[in-house]
Amino acid sequence: MSRLRSLARRALAAALGVGALAMFSACSEPHESPLFPPGPAANRDVEDLAARHVPPPPLNEEMWPCSQCHDNKDLTSNPKRRELTMAHDDIVLRHDEKHRWCLDCHDSEKRDVLRLASGAEVPFERSYELCGQCHGDKYRDWRAGVHGRRTGQWNGEKQYQLCVHCHDSHAPKFKPLKPEPAPIPPSRRITK
Amino acid sequence: MNAHPGCGCGGSPAGGGCGGGRVEALPAASAFAALPVLPSTPCGGGAHAPATDPHEATLAQGERVLQELMAAGAATPAATDPTTVNPDDLTDDGGVSRRAFLTCVVAGCAAAATTGCGDFLHTAVGKKSFREYDKDEIAGLVKELEASARQKVGKDVKIGTTGALPGVEFGYALDVSRCIGCRRCVYACVEENNLSRDPQVHWIRVLEMDKDHGVDFAHANAYYDAEQVPRPGHFYLPVACQHCRDAPCVKSCPTGATWTEPDGIVVVDYDWCIGCRCCMAACPYGARHFNWAEPSVPTEAFNPDTHFLGNRPRSRGVVEKCTFCIQRVRNGRYPACVEVCPVGSRKFGNLLDPASEVRWILEHKRVFVLKAELATHPRFYYFYGS
Repeated sequence: MSRLRSLARRALAAALGVGALAMFSACSEPHESPLFPPGPAANRDVEDLAARHVPPPPLNEEMWPCSQCHDNKDLTSNPKRRELTMAHDDIVLRHDEKHRWCLDCHDSEKRDVLRLASGAEVPFERSYELCGQCHGDKYRDWRAGVHGRRTGQWNGEKQYQLCVHCHDSHAPKFKPLKPEPAPIPPSRRITK
Repeated sequence: MNAHPGCGCGGSPAGGGCGGGRVEALPAASAFAALPVLPSTPCGGGAHAPATDPHEATLAQGERVLQELMAAGAATPAATDPTTVNPDDLTDDGGVSRRAFLTCVVAGCAAAATTGCGDFLHTAVGKKSFREYDKDEIAGLVKELEASARQKVGKDVKIGTTGALPGVEFGYALDVSRCIGCRRCVYACVEENNLSRDPQVHWIRVLEMDKDHGVDFAHANAYYDAEQVPRPGHFYLPVACQHCRDAPCVKSCPTGATWTEPDGIVVVDYDWCIGCRCCMAACPYGARHFNWAEPSVPTEAFNPDTHFLGNRPRSRGVVEKCTFCIQRVRNGRYPACVEVCPVGSRKFGNLLDPASEVRWILEHKRVFVLKAELATHPRFYYFYGS
């Protein structure tokens, strides 16, 4: 169990290292266009992510990696669609829950990666490819820098965010916020 | 209004303070007649004349004006008007007496005081406009201003003068379909740009509108208060300076204190603003804000990274407005409102760069501008992201 966990950690660290390297090399090149050549999302490599300076996904550190429990030995996969009661019962799916459930996005065998509709594996760092399968218009806008929040330089390096930084993947509707105070009407503005 | 012959005032709207102004048939009912005097010319155009002593210059001008009037047989000025030059006030050598000169000064000050801009002296009398300074003069001026800012604010303040980048025209795009009206941008702007907390000044006004009405300013509410936004049945339209290509505010400014920079930012030189508020009347977007009292910003909250044409300390009696965070964007950064927006509805970039985010929006999205019928041609666009 613990060996598996350390293996998974090492694998993740290696993946992140590759990502960081790619990020570094991508920055030295001029960004000619924010649009990337059209093609199936699954074909893009890790540079795609790195060029956008996407921060790591907000994974629950206590739960991650998933394979620490889902090791396919003590806990085997049950692909039958059902309501979860033993664990993860805090997750309320509000994301086309009529038609979908856990294993439509999570891989039933390799628990530390996500799964596209095609069956291709996608790491959590590139979860936008998974979201982009259905939300193609948002994915296109996001790649162009138009959907989602950007920070950094308007003429240089920009910090992108993953879909899941703003949207809860299990209930993605943007949560309402409490607004900041209303301005004071001119009639009640204090002047010294 | 024609330029007064021989008078340095150049036909300025500052009729009340000009020695020769009232001699000519000025439209007394004009809104300009009640304006305070020009910052550099408290009485007549003395400061514009090459003579170093404004007193002497005014005398010479008064003499010339009167001589021309006498020759043309013009009407005698009304004796009750304190600002007119009475022939009795002429000295033996044809100049204007000290009494006439002082009367003129007092009248000018009185006019300024009654219009609520009594401390027009803060406008750096005799100084040149920011655009007229050369590099060395600007360095000296900035040093001076930084010293006075340190005194005023209570900590070191850096006043930048970074110019426009070549090949850059800034544009802004706001996604109306995403904005939820949380007002995070309003307060990020307040903090970044050192806006007065009391009396409150906000450069961004978020309007709540009915989905049934569409974009309709008559039914907009800027003072909505709610536990949660967005409220059902409403959408939100934040409005700040639209940085118009044909800006009515710039055209209406009598002193040239506001202009459009080469990168498209409409700026204000606070030292040349006389607080007449013509620009506020001219702006169709309510984007300009007047400092009715001395602005107050807590020392610890004061953002020390400022720009001469942006968030440096202001005084009472001047107009201010959104500058696209000039102190940030001229150094490549996004404006504060863009970075704080939790829904990412605010987009900013270079309109001349085909690869910029704003250009992508203009080419791919449904875009509109506010009050397009007024042909102000804003650089601020609204769009529907979905």
